[in-house]
Amino acid sequence: MVEAKDAQGKQYVVFRLGNEDYALDIHSVTTIEKPMIVARVPRTPHFIKGVINLRGEIVPVMELSIRFNLTPAPESEETRIVIVKVGEASLGLVVDEVEDVLYLSKDSIENVSNYSTDLSMDFITGVGKVNDRVITILNLEKLIEFNESGS
Amino acid sequence: MLRKASSLSLFVKISKLNSVVSNKSTESVKVTEKTTDRKKNQEEGLKYPTANFKLNQYEMNAANKAVEMEMNVFKITVVLNKGCVLKSARSFIIFQSLEKHAEIIKSEPRVEDIEDEKFDFEFTVVCVTREGQGVFTKDINSIAEVDEVIISPIEEWISQGISEDGKDEPLNSINEVFSDGDGSLSPENMKSSEGDQGEQQHKTKTVKTVRVDIDRLDILMNLVSELIIIKTRLEGIDSVNNIERTQSYTEAIEYLERITTSLHDAVTKVRMVPVELVFNRFPRMIRDISRELGKEIMLNMSGEETELDRTVIDEIGDPLIHLLRNSADHGIESIEKRKELGKPTAGHIDLRAYQDGNNVVIEVGDDGQGINTDRVKKKAIEKGLIKKDIADNLSKKEIIEFLFKPSFSTSDKVTDLSGRGVGLDVVKTKIEKLGGVVEVETEIGKGSKFIIRLPLTLAIIQALLVNIGKEKYAIPLSSTKEIIRITPDQIKLLQKQEIILLRNSVVPIVRLNKVLEVPDDGNERKALTVVIVRKGDKLSGFLVDSLIGQQEIVIKSLGVLLSGIKCIAGATILGDGNVALIIDVNSLAI
Repeated sequence: MVEAKDAQGKQYVVFRLGNEDYALDIHSVTTIEKPMIVARVPRTPHFIKGVINLRGEIVPVMELSIRFNLTPAPESEETRIVIVKVGEASLGLVVDEVEDVLYLSKDSIENVSNYSTDLSMDFITGVGKVNDRVITILNLEKLIEFNESGS
Repeated sequence: MLRKASSLSLFVKISKLNSVVSNKSTESVKVTEKTTDRKKNQEEGLKYPTANFKLNQYEMNAANKAVEMEMNVFKITVVLNKGCVLKSARSFIIFQSLEKHAEIIKSEPRVEDIEDEKFDFEFTVVCVTREGQGVFTKDINSIAEVDEVIISPIEEWISQGISEDGKDEPLNSINEVFSDGDGSLSPENMKSSEGDQGEQQHKTKTVKTVRVDIDRLDILMNLVSELIIIKTRLEGIDSVNNIERTQSYTEAIEYLERITTSLHDAVTKVRMVPVELVFNRFPRMIRDISRELGKEIMLNMSGEETELDRTVIDEIGDPLIHLLRNSADHGIESIEKRKELGKPTAGHIDLRAYQDGNNVVIEVGDDGQGINTDRVKKKAIEKGLIKKDIADNLSKKEIIEFLFKPSFSTSDKVTDLSGRGVGLDVVKTKIEKLGGVVEVETEIGKGSKFIIRLPLTLAIIQALLVNIGKEKYAIPLSSTKEIIRITPDQIKLLQKQEIILLRNSVVPIVRLNKVLEVPDDGNERKALTVVIVRKGDKLSGFLVDSLIGQQEIVIKSLGVLLSGIKCIAGATILGDGNVALIIDVNSLAI
């Protein structure tokens, strides 16, 4: 679905974690990688899996499921690492499956407060609805805010 | 189809790369000025290759000014005897002799190349003098091992015009060339006497070549060869079986990725240059300055072998010159004053360069009078930069920050060297442009130290690779003192701290596997390896599982998000593509 960018909506990369769909603004997504060896880094929050060697660059990898306090799914053929860039920082997010690139118009996105999920509300900027799908749109800035103690 | 097209362009690039590298390793370092194929105006051009050059804009201006001031400008070609063995020494004597009566504004080949004996048996200089050419003919001919001296006055050869690579230099600097009475002039000396002429827009030090260690070129060559191997392998993959083909491709691509990363690192290394290149003209400069100021100043330099990227080297020279001048001018006191204070009559300026983790640190320190923060405060209030009551509450550090503001100077005299108040803020801006910071440590009566911290785009260190559990770690070799093997029973407990006895001294033990939370691999070890590390004066013993070996590694930052982690200084990518973390010795040592 190639929609022209208009002031009323944006394109999102949609992926699956467990049974739920999530979306990230396509502009923040750099690449999507197949799983690779992750080097563990000590003294990091438990949702940081470690770092990877991404074509010569060291990129930290976050286990999104753990970040959201869900049970991580075992690695499968579809597991991917979504490399995102927020400002100067690059980060890899482990997801169960990358599904689509979708266009979501502003109208199709509902405000967060109407729903209650297991997620901390901070990470969500809204919920999009396309056909019958419910897609949770993530707030990347909040996702990368963490300190050593792992809050 | 798409894959084929992209691999085709890859192959083209690989052969190009190959030719570049093989050309580089067969040619010796090129001289920047083109000498060989110029149009020859005079007969001697055919006979004496080094006499063939054009002056750039700057040199032309200097020559013109000389003529205006009714001085003579000569082109002097000196041919050494083919039996001359120490060409650089002989040339030095000739230069000395020339400088007795003239100032040299150009040399072909460059002074550095002559000093390194990178010339055949002939060189040419252009000099400015009040003497007639007979004086030089006589003087130089009287030097041993000189076969020929050819002198021609400027009018005969000036018609050659200006060369293409001339740049416009600010006129101030040319005045300095001529008012500088006794100091001898060599191309680099002229550039360093710019000092603080305000914003320095020119880059006279642009040496567009790099001296490259042959070893590094060999590594590059090897990597390119590996690229060619992998290319051949990719070409050969043509299996009927789809799965097999994809697998071969994937393997090849993985290998390719590893090589390209290494190649990238190798090329970046090639761009690294020792700071010596910038430092080497400072002793001369300080000697000149101390003469000028009538003070006794000694310059101590260390860490010249520390390496920085080419572009940083180009930019760091001017700020350093300014800081050195400040130390000499404002920091070091006059001989009488120093005697009064009971200090040694010779002031010391220390210039140090060293690598500190992911930074290169350059320190300019002196044992002079230090920075008078009260004067700075007073000046700041005078200039209206701050109100008195707020000023009184500022910390020493904050007061010193004012020195870096534009147009700030506490000097009562504005000298040629400094005190114009345009220097330190330019220094700060330049350093910040390079992504670095400037700090000041100062104590009244004792001296000041300016510390420049520059981040490295590439940091290479020697490291010790070790195994801890199933993971690999790197310990910087510079912090390592020795490595010993002990048995578990040699570890004793001293006031709840595990220690060992190392030749009768007590060394605390740090169990890295615990500190780094390494998952236990369940192996019982009978013999333990301890890496003794140094933190300042104190030693600690890092307990590891086994040694892998010593290796030169490239420090990669962990990135913005993870940079706060205490015990890890960074990461490195090993030959097999895996990541090894670099241990921050200072934070883990006891």
